Amino acid sequence: MPKEPVQVKEISAEERNENFNEVVLGYNEQEALQEAARCIQCKNPTCIQGCPVGIDIKTFIKKITEKDYQGAYEVIREKNNFPSVCGRVCPAEYQCRRACVFTKKNEPFASERAINIHFLERFVGDYGMNAADKVTPKKDSQLRNKKVAVIGSGPAGLCCAGELAREGVGVVVYESLHKTGGVLRYGIPPFRLPREIMDYEIDAVKELGVEIKTNFIVGKAMTIQELFDEGYDAIFIGVGAGVPSFLRLNGESLCNVYSANEFLTRVNLMSAYKFPQAHTPINIGKHMVVIGGGNTAMDAARVALRLQKMNGMEPNTTIAYRRTEVEMPARRLEIHHAKEEGIKFDFLVQPVEFMGDEKSYVAKMRSLRCKLGEPDASGRRRPVAIEGSEFDMDCDVAIIAVGLNANTLLSEVTPALKTDKWGDVIVDQETMLTSIPGVYAGGDIVGGEGTVIEAMGMAKKASRAILQYLTEVKDAGCAGKT
Amino acid sequence: MKITKKEILTDTAGTRIIRIHVTAPIISRKAQPGQFVVVMVTEEGERIPLTVVDCIHDQIVLIFQEAGLSTKLLGRLNEGDELHALLGPLGHPTTIKNYGKVILVAGGVGIAEILPVAKALKKAGNHVDTIMGARSKELLFLENELREASSELHVITDDGSYVRKGFTTDVLRELLEKDTYDFIYAVGPIPMMKRAGEVTKEFHAVTYVSLNALMMDGTGMCGGCRVTVGGKVKFACVDGPEFDAHLVDWEELSNRTKMYVDKEKHICNLYNV
Repeated sequence: MPKEPVQVKEISAEERNENFNEVVLGYNEQEALQEAARCIQCKNPTCIQGCPVGIDIKTFIKKITEKDYQGAYEVIREKNNFPSVCGRVCPAEYQCRRACVFTKKNEPFASERAINIHFLERFVGDYGMNAADKVTPKKDSQLRNKKVAVIGSGPAGLCCAGELAREGVGVVVYESLHKTGGVLRYGIPPFRLPREIMDYEIDAVKELGVEIKTNFIVGKAMTIQELFDEGYDAIFIGVGAGVPSFLRLNGESLCNVYSANEFLTRVNLMSAYKFPQAHTPINIGKHMVVIGGGNTAMDAARVALRLQKMNGMEPNTTIAYRRTEVEMPARRLEIHHAKEEGIKFDFLVQPVEFMGDEKSYVAKMRSLRCKLGEPDASGRRRPVAIEGSEFDMDCDVAIIAVGLNANTLLSEVTPALKTDKWGDVIVDQETMLTSIPGVYAGGDIVGGEGTVIEAMGMAKKASRAILQYLTEVKDAGCAGKT
Repeated sequence: MKITKKEILTDTAGTRIIRIHVTAPIISRKAQPGQFVVVMVTEEGERIPLTVVDCIHDQIVLIFQEAGLSTKLLGRLNEGDELHALLGPLGHPTTIKNYGKVILVAGGVGIAEILPVAKALKKAGNHVDTIMGARSKELLFLENELREASSELHVITDDGSYVRKGFTTDVLRELLEKDTYDFIYAVGPIPMMKRAGEVTKEFHAVTYVSLNALMMDGTGMCGGCRVTVGGKVKFACVDGPEFDAHLVDWEELSNRTKMYVDKEKHICNLYNV
């Protein structure tokens, strides 16, 4: 039997609620060595299949045990340009750790005993940040005169840009916001992903020669065809899912009903938690209610609670979810952190209406109680509303975190770009090629809402196909003509 | 993103309307009447939408009224200063075609926003009646430009300090009583656009308005600018900003634009603007 897993150090719940500092402190060298030593170096390492970008987990853990951290870093960087980011945000319990041999069969997520691969990755990534050796682009590349435009600087776009730049391709990334990172920056709060960590890994992509143009909206400022006309040989679309879903309930447009996207963007991107030093305002309630059960819901609730504490209010934030804890799609660690911090969970709740005060600010949320029925297409038991079970709860800020739809801003002006009925871009699963020659896509605009690492997995696939395409197509200038 | 020209168009009792030219070659090449940009004045600033009034070579022209902190900080910038961020062009352009006879209704800073629409509609062969109104004479601007861009210009002030006393919607009603119009377009304060819609509904005249919902990213990502139009939730930034005036839920829009009024007052006091 392996030794007990090494627990990761965290800031105490009391201490962390009043700021946006990182909660998980990560392993020190001693802890990393101890955890790495638990890995039994399986002959057939299933964990690697659990990783969407196929990091050679077995080897990098081996290198840790040999104290060859630079070697471990290189093994990870071989497949992933963002180890410090992924080590923090990957839902490892659904991916590599779930595939770990120590996870019991048929578990919905990783067992406690599974190797803490994500914490080891983070340790190695953070080590690499401080190491002098940088990955450099290939100098003798035959692709040096090729240019690729990447649309969106989120996980998919940055990953694709990095992969191409390493091979010597000239890459320009177009980002509509004033800052880079996409959902990493506007969606994920600093207490989960410190800005300096993200900035470091984005800067590493820039050091490979990637140019990032912020404040540039492809589809409006320039079309796909116009990018080709500018001389790009291929284009990668990584614009994310983008558009928040609402519940379509009465009262959902009352004041202080936010989409999680808006709530989090105000805080994470626009620094509304520093209002009035930062000018973007956010309204904080006495009874903040988050609707949803994913990572975004956890993030929004933990942000809401911190805002209450930072403004001298009683912490009172509730997550209302229509199923139960086990069906929640959020990372187990986030659920655990949310509970620890004092967020209340109200399960089996289906909101039916928001009610406002005399000034049209939301005041109450009316809901139905649910019970669990038969499993649905996702395999999770379906919530069934119980007739006549209406109840009201106080709610002066509501945050809707029930998912995202495709942003069709680009596809609307690009008729040749085929999309499915949800507006997601249709691609060849092997190459991520869209219906337009030379145009590839990956991330949430293809798969709907996924994880950071899944987006990167698609981007890597696309980058391989793009490299192949650039090598094969001598006159790639004809791409895009449909 | 450099400001190359700045003019104060009106300046009365602390209410200034200002015109700036900003270097933005790509936006300038692309922007069409009815579209807007999102501006950040400083690194700590909000993202605010402003209508593109004109495109001259590699410059775009913006006209804004100093209302909240961000527009006041923008008003403090001078020629040679840079904006922190500028994104655009955003939103759908106005549908420009030969409708026949059209009325344009503009109030307040909406006078600026109507100018590119007037020019384009006239150029497309329409007979353009433009109504411009403000509380008083001092708050009127672009009169000559709008006269040139219209077939006929009707000026009116709430207090009667210039031309005639009354509201833009009074003129609108008179015109509709005399003649049939094929297309009405209104832009200005919410109460004015709402009233314009009420008047034109009586005459079954197709009416579009350009909505000034609160926005952040301007690309459909946040949903903060959502408005209910014909019972459906729309995002003003990507589905609009123009909608059928007869279908807009005006009360909801009005409430939502006041969502941060207290905080706005507080921050303006704090920064002493």
